[in-house]
Amino acid sequence: MSFLQIQDVSHIYFSKKDRTLAIKDVNLSIEEGEFISILGPSGCGKTTILSIVAGLIQPTIGKVILDRETIVGTNKNTGYMLQQDYLFPWKTIQENIFLGLKLTNQLNEKTKQKTLALLNEMGLSHVKNQYPTQLSGGMRQRVSLVRTLATNPKLLLLDEPFSALDFQTKLKLEDLVFETLKQFEKTAILVTHDIGEAIAMSNRIYLFTNRPGTVHKVFEIPDELAKITPFEARNHPLYNEIFQEVWKELEKLEK
Amino acid sequence: MKSKINIESMHNEYKQKLIRERRFVVFFQLLIFIAFFALWEIASNLKWVDPLVFSSPSKVWNLLVENIIAGTIFSHISITLFETILGFIIGTVAGTILAAILWWSPFLSKVLDPYLVVLNAMPKVALGPILIVALGPTMTSIVAMGAIISVIITTIVVYTSFRETDPNYIKVLQSFGATRWQCFKEAILPSSFPAIISTLKVNVGLSWVGVVVGEFLVSKQGLGYLIIYGFQVFNFTLVMQSLLIIVIFATIMYKIVEVIENALIKNR
Ligand SMILES: Nc1ncnc2c1ncn2[C@@H]1O[C@H](COP(=O)(O)OP(=O)(O)O)[C@@H](O)[C@H]1O
Ligand SMILES: [Mg+2]
Repeated sequence: MSFLQIQDVSHIYFSKKDRTLAIKDVNLSIEEGEFISILGPSGCGKTTILSIVAGLIQPTIGKVILDRETIVGTNKNTGYMLQQDYLFPWKTIQENIFLGLKLTNQLNEKTKQKTLALLNEMGLSHVKNQYPTQLSGGMRQRVSLVRTLATNPKLLLLDEPFSALDFQTKLKLEDLVFETLKQFEKTAILVTHDIGEAIAMSNRIYLFTNRPGTVHKVFEIPDELAKITPFEARNHPLYNEIFQEVWKELEKLEK
Repeated sequence: MKSKINIESMHNEYKQKLIRERRFVVFFQLLIFIAFFALWEIASNLKWVDPLVFSSPSKVWNLLVENIIAGTIFSHISITLFETILGFIIGTVAGTILAAILWWSPFLSKVLDPYLVVLNAMPKVALGPILIVALGPTMTSIVAMGAIISVIITTIVVYTSFRETDPNYIKVLQSFGATRWQCFKEAILPSSFPAIISTLKVNVGLSWVGVVVGEFLVSKQGLGYLIIYGFQVFNFTLVMQSLLIIVIFATIMYKIVEVIENALIKNR
């Protein structure tokens, strides 16, 4: 049994005027410690899948099993990181990173120290008493990562966390997130529409079709590429080869 | 270096320009202030306007000094201020609590929606006589007037702002398993502070209206009473004096709300 299994999941959004089949018959499974990417055009249901895995919405059909338990509602095992940092502007950085601990009643000296140590590892301990508006986009997204990791979730859901950043910041942050997650041996799902990012960061890529989104093709990334940092991976000869392969599939989807 | 740029002196020049501009603005503000009272005084003395109705600044000033020396004005001021502040606070807090209840229960908010529209459209001061019969011709009725006039509009504005909270903040909270109450406390309420503050500003003005009308009707004490009393005995100097005092205190209250605003939303 895999660590995470998404079984025959479909989801329809209903509104008064409309019904939208966002995803259809999605199946995928992830082993503990793996980093996988969901790659697909915008509107293909990537955020919907993450919301379902996080337990924020109940799938219309199908189920998600995490660590042998079917997901019903939100739970402590998953951490969610959004496209934009969504740090609370009226809270200091420190209050922001303690938020999850506070909400789950785990805020104590020990967890506080651990979280602050993590902030320090991100090179941000000097801003802990500042407010989010005083920080740059890259710094804010790093704080957001600390906030997500603070509650020590087993599974991380990353919803295009780098897409709002400039290219240089993005490359640096990819490395940082990659190394941090490897260090803590986390399982992660990255959602992205950036082919390069998906190749550089993951063990496996699920390429999705246009809406209704479903798994079109799975690309296994060879270990020699998956083990090195995203920045190094981008310079690896294999990188371009896989890029071409994924690109061709994407082209096919457009027709 | 191609050209010599003296940033320091340019900045000083810029600052000087700002100061000059500021002085100009203040000058004209003072000019209007002085011109207004001077014109009023002259118009009244030369009988361009009926001095019995429009009084004059010097008469108002003399009456005010008289009343201050006699000490009679203070009880009226403090009573009206007390009623206004109380009405203002009750109206704002009750409106915010109502908004929270509506947010809490989407069903209730749908049911109550048309009633809110009706209540908002109704001129609240028209309720004055009913309030006085129901609560008695006392301070309670006046405070109720001060509160009732602002409560519905507060409810509507604050509730709208509650609903406009960015759903992604809620998503962050829910991903940590937050309860509805935690979502309210951590995201809905703080993100609505700007809207709440802006209703505070509106409510300052509304509460004065409610309280003054209430005092007209109850006619026992307070600045509103002095206005209606001055009107009845045809002492318009007294009316003008009371009006000026109201303007001064309403402005002070407004400024205090502004200070609170700056303190509350300094980090946005
Ligand atoms: N709350 C919602 N109500 C109705 N339709 C929605 C809702 N959320 C998303 N959708 C629709 O579902 C589809 C998939 O959305 P989403 O999962 O956000 O895609 P992606 O993250 O891949 O861009 C889109 O067509 C979107 O318009
Ligand atoms: Mg999305």
